Amino acid sequence: MPDERIIPPAQKKSFPLCLATKHLENPADINTYLSIGGYETIKKILNEKIAPADLLEQIKVSGLRGRGGAGFPTGLKWSFMPKGIKGDKYLVCNSDEGEPGTFKDRDIIRYNPHQIIEGMIIGAYIMDATVGFNYIHGEIWSEYLSFGEAIKQARKAGFLGKKILNSSFSFDLHAVHGYGAYICGEETALIESIEGKKGQPRFKPPFPATHGIYGKPTCVNNTETFASIPWIIKYGGQAFNELGVANAGGTKIFSVSGHVNNPGNHEVQLGIPFAELLNMAGGIWKGRKLKAVIPGGPSTALVPAHEIMQATMDYDGLSKIGSSLGAGSLIIMDDTTCMVSVLKRLSYFFYEESCGQCTPCREGTGWVYRIIKRIIEGNGRLDDLSLLKDVSNKISGRTICALGDAAAVPVLSFIKHFEVEFEYFIRNGKSMIETSND
Amino acid sequence: MIKLKIDGKSIEVESKKTIIQVADEIGIDIPRFCYHKKLSVAANCRMCLVQVKNIGKPLPACATQVMDGMEVSTKTKFTKEAQQSVMEFLLINHPLDCPICDQGGECDLQDTAVAYGTSQTRYAEEKRVVINKNIGPLISTDLTRCIQCTRCVRFLKEIGGVQELGLVGRGEHAEISAYVDKSVESELSGNIIDLCPVGALTSKPFRYKARTWELIRRPTISIHDSLGSNLEMHIKDDHVMRTLPKENDEINECWISDRDRFSYEGFYHSDRLLEPMIKKNKKWQKVDWEEALDFFTQNIKKIIKRDGEDSLAFLHSPQSSLEESYLIHKMANQIGSSNIDYRITQNNFDFSGAWLGCEIREIETFDNVIIIGSNLRLDQPLLANRFRKMVNNGGKLTLINSSDHDPLIPLEKKIICKSGEYKLQLIKMLRALYEIDPKKIKNEDVLNLIKKEKINLDTLEWLKRFIRGRNKKAIFLGQSALETKDAGDLVLLANALTESISGIFGSLSNYPNGVGLDLISHKQELHNLKEISEKNISAFIALNIDPKNDIRSKINILKTINKAKFKTAITPYFGEEFDSFDCVLPMAIFTESSGSYINIARKLQTIKAVTSPKGQARPAWKILRVLGNYLGLDDFEYDSSDEVLCKVVHPKKRLTFPSISTKSLDPNWTLSIDDANETSEIFSLEQSDMIVRRAASLQEKKRKQLANNKKGVL
Amino acid sequence: MTTLSKIITKKIDNELLKYPKDQKKSAVMAALQFVQAEEGWLSNDNIGEVAKYLDIPEIAVMEVATFYNMYDLKPIGKYKLSICTNVSCMLRGVDSLVSHVKNTLNIDFNQITHDGKFCLKESECMGNCDAAPMMVINNEKMHEKLTPEKFDSIIKELK
Ligand SMILES: Cc1cc2nc3c(=O)[nH]c(=O)nc-3n(C[C@H](O)[C@H](O)[C@H](O)COP(=O)(O)O)c2cc1C
Ligand code: SF4
Ligand code: FES
Repeated sequence: MPDERIIPPAQKKSFPLCLATKHLENPADINTYLSIGGYETIKKILNEKIAPADLLEQIKVSGLRGRGGAGFPTGLKWSFMPKGIKGDKYLVCNSDEGEPGTFKDRDIIRYNPHQIIEGMIIGAYIMDATVGFNYIHGEIWSEYLSFGEAIKQARKAGFLGKKILNSSFSFDLHAVHGYGAYICGEETALIESIEGKKGQPRFKPPFPATHGIYGKPTCVNNTETFASIPWIIKYGGQAFNELGVANAGGTKIFSVSGHVNNPGNHEVQLGIPFAELLNMAGGIWKGRKLKAVIPGGPSTALVPAHEIMQATMDYDGLSKIGSSLGAGSLIIMDDTTCMVSVLKRLSYFFYEESCGQCTPCREGTGWVYRIIKRIIEGNGRLDDLSLLKDVSNKISGRTICALGDAAAVPVLSFIKHFEVEFEYFIRNGKSMIETSND
Repeated sequence: MIKLKIDGKSIEVESKKTIIQVADEIGIDIPRFCYHKKLSVAANCRMCLVQVKNIGKPLPACATQVMDGMEVSTKTKFTKEAQQSVMEFLLINHPLDCPICDQGGECDLQDTAVAYGTSQTRYAEEKRVVINKNIGPLISTDLTRCIQCTRCVRFLKEIGGVQELGLVGRGEHAEISAYVDKSVESELSGNIIDLCPVGALTSKPFRYKARTWELIRRPTISIHDSLGSNLEMHIKDDHVMRTLPKENDEINECWISDRDRFSYEGFYHSDRLLEPMIKKNKKWQKVDWEEALDFFTQNIKKIIKRDGEDSLAFLHSPQSSLEESYLIHKMANQIGSSNIDYRITQNNFDFSGAWLGCEIREIETFDNVIIIGSNLRLDQPLLANRFRKMVNNGGKLTLINSSDHDPLIPLEKKIICKSGEYKLQLIKMLRALYEIDPKKIKNEDVLNLIKKEKINLDTLEWLKRFIRGRNKKAIFLGQSALETKDAGDLVLLANALTESISGIFGSLSNYPNGVGLDLISHKQELHNLKEISEKNISAFIALNIDPKNDIRSKINILKTINKAKFKTAITPYFGEEFDSFDCVLPMAIFTESSGSYINIARKLQTIKAVTSPKGQARPAWKILRVLGNYLGLDDFEYDSSDEVLCKVVHPKKRLTFPSISTKSLDPNWTLSIDDANETSEIFSLEQSDMIVRRAASLQEKKRKQLANNKKGVL
Repeated sequence: MTTLSKIITKKIDNELLKYPKDQKKSAVMAALQFVQAEEGWLSNDNIGEVAKYLDIPEIAVMEVATFYNMYDLKPIGKYKLSICTNVSCMLRGVDSLVSHVKNTLNIDFNQITHDGKFCLKESECMGNCDAAPMMVINNEKMHEKLTPEKFDSIIKELK
């Protein structure tokens, strides 16, 4: 039964669920986690031998949708894992967050690693997985080390390894480290990477649920997704669902970066109005005005100020204004921002990070970047804008993984909302915006 | 079975097939670059995008499995637009150098661009340039043209057995490369030339030699190993310019080995004998055919008169066609000599009738196989691939070999022992089988022999696993096993073993026409190589043999030959190795002659000449016919090789083959110290015959490999 | 040819424990990282040695080493300074910081200072955007919320 004290009043939006230990001393230590009731859920499950199917039902009821960007219902995904087959089954935590503007998984690992671990143990119990990996973004070294420490603590305490807490259930977990490839956030590329290969996405189907790591059944979820699990099981799916809004159950960590006074993570209930979130981040810096926002990381469409100010931060709220929640990474831009320059940097990112296997993505991202670069260098042509749109449309939907689609999103949305600025640049060889450097 | 529609056509197919497979079967053309029916699916080029009803984006036909009720459109505007855009992306960084590209005229990209592309280019930025790599003497690279389809990478990994090329770097910077400056070593490497859909990988020996549309294509087969791989010779001005595979799923699928592909360079080596020559006053003289034939006839007649018919000996090559073999046997026979053999690498002649025991592609379906004495990749590179596929399909391979030559196949078990111990290994297995079920072994001699052997627990354990269940099992004897002193007993024992476990016994002999030659000779009472070596021989006739390099038997036949007073060689090449001969008659090589061959799986193939013989050379069957006439032998009138063939195989009847026969087994055998130390040497595939030894690029590749001293490849 | 040091092979052996016995290849990324941490960068020989140790084709290791950005296939000097220039950092003024860095060290991206001490790399998002702009030294030590002054003092300490 939901614990009354845990459910906050509707008006209090801030809600540290995944980041439950962040405000405590030694937040990452196992004792801190134990002090807030950590690992009690898995203990209870094992003691009472709760049926995996009942637990899965709670995940479904919770309305939890994958926090890695695509928002796929977690309960449904977990039900795809084949049952009753011999051999290893893998569970993978995707902590490769490389989407520019995203730094939420870092904080969960940094402050509350044991909740991820407990979430994975519960997931493994539900899906009958034998081995887990947490694939951690290459650029964050100390978090990789500290997560390794957390695993050691958990193993020592008997939560990981053979016959966990003297039950018949075994599951072990390892930390693995990426080494600088955004594409490895894509689940099949991540699987290839764990197999010791280049991170090149695989064509689906077959899906990881049947052909994952080493061809074995594998389930990949985002860090935040796993970190939400213990709470859901502890307080019930319904309680979690009620935290958010329709079609978007639970809390979400929003990473706010760019032109705000206090960049950082804010874990709030889904459905919070953007304006409120902006306030929590201290508002636009230097007393300037909001120009536009990328609400969920560069693979989500740019939204101009007047539209985002009216929006709520949840799946439907953002889709209504032509964008999406993505990983919840808000990049805030003030009115001194040159959209052409930002787009140049973003298109460089996709060009640089394309794994290169599919023709449209490999060739198209380079083409797009070169056109924008040419515009910035003062050699733009008027038909470049229609060419940019056309090339982007021809990448989109024709590639193995969604990076191709993602690469098209900024180009199309930036030009859609700020065409004037682009035209000005092409005609005059310089930006319409006077960027201040202070 | 499921039902679907492609372009309005309703069809029923097996599930698990992909759209492109189904479309290919019913003749609907879907463009593709990365897809290849024999390789894993990469789905990276995106050229094969098609429309599937009710799905918003185009799907890759190569990777999308058909589903019941699916409606696929390959020609709609939606599909066209998707394909056109992929084409445009492929071309933006592709150089427009078709006029100087060797692939021109047979370039998938060029063809597809014409069919699916648009004419104008919208790309105004700088094009990518990739630095070429030297990957050896056979394959030339032009990597700026590469479209990253990874067919070459997948081929070497999946068919070649080890990854030798990779796509290094990421995104647009990704390029095909070997490790540092390494050459590609696979004995199947040339296939990546065919696989490359653009001109990024082309044949180095063929480079700039001809434009593809100038070439006439004629079919033939390879005679460098026992598969009889189907080839297509590309000819310009009566000259073979290059060799390509001709698809035959039963034999070589769509591959050929490098030896088959590049041996043609040897056809035109300066050693080719272009005129008959005879030795007069210890000096070689070029003469015309008539004089040579007179010279030959007179000398032979003289010797017959003086030393008798039985002082003549004939050796011919295992590469001989049925027709050649038939005629040379007939000649010996009519003269009255029984000294004739072709088994010039063997040391034991107590067996005949061995063959693969199954169809070539059947190999892929075995569950459990033991191979004894074979350096698979060197003997028959493409057979090695079939065993590789067998293992990929879940089959288990055990290799018992005297050298640790890596087959590039994951092995269930590997036993390295002296080749003299192969027999003991088989006895141990039979002994273990006896332990498992004594009734299984019927052969008395075998029973007597194995009863004396102590049971070996290790062997017992793995043999149990080997014979378990209704698995398809087989034991094969490789070329080096067949070349041991024990070969006859090995055949007997392996055959006895497989019979008792309802498995298949097979030979992996690499004699190109071994099965055919066996068919001709087995009925006759003939003296074998060993017996001939013990006789006094006055006249010696060699057909297509370089005695010094081709005779690998340890039997000292060379000494016997050298003592002969009159030696004639019918040979395509002439060099110092024939110094001690008296008469050399120039023969056509296999591509310049018609002839028939029976491969290791008992398949008869007849080929026609693809070019005319060089110089005064003549097909060997014609030479033999004329020699018969000159010698006054009966019934040597043949107008065509087909007429000769009719004497060997009845045109209307099915071929019947001799069953396996062996001499009896010595029940008192024990392993002697000498036998225990016998090892067979590894014979490199670049040394296999006179043509190959003269193929410059193959020899160059070999030299490089020796220099790099790479493990596993000799 | 040199061989991998005992320390490294021990680390690799430890890493191998995470994977099934027949999947040694899985340890390749970590192995390369260990070697790079010891040697500073990955030479072709290093790559060959890792391949040998894990019993996989050299080219397969080469593919991995060239795919992931954080492997350095050329010498990087004593300190590799990676600065993220992606959007969140860009919005927080990384461009002017980069000009300062380039001027101070007198090098461009992908160059090494004359004394062989510093090498400058442009990096993609490090997942640390609330601390923009930032820099990582030798793939491990993160410096956050950089200003030209802060940068100068870091360099001073390293000199
Ligand atoms: C280019 C690309 C990058 C991605 N990066 C990440 C990532 O960094 N972290 C993540 O959790 N998911 C990422 N994803 C989504 C994953 O493929 C996958 O959907 C996700 O990990 C599933 O977890 P979830 O269901 O819990 O969200 C990425 C997808 C794409 C196409
Ligand atoms: S869309 Fe881009 S990143 Fe994704 S698989 Fe294709 S080439 Fe690689
Ligand atoms: S042939 Fe289907 S994607 Fe290349």
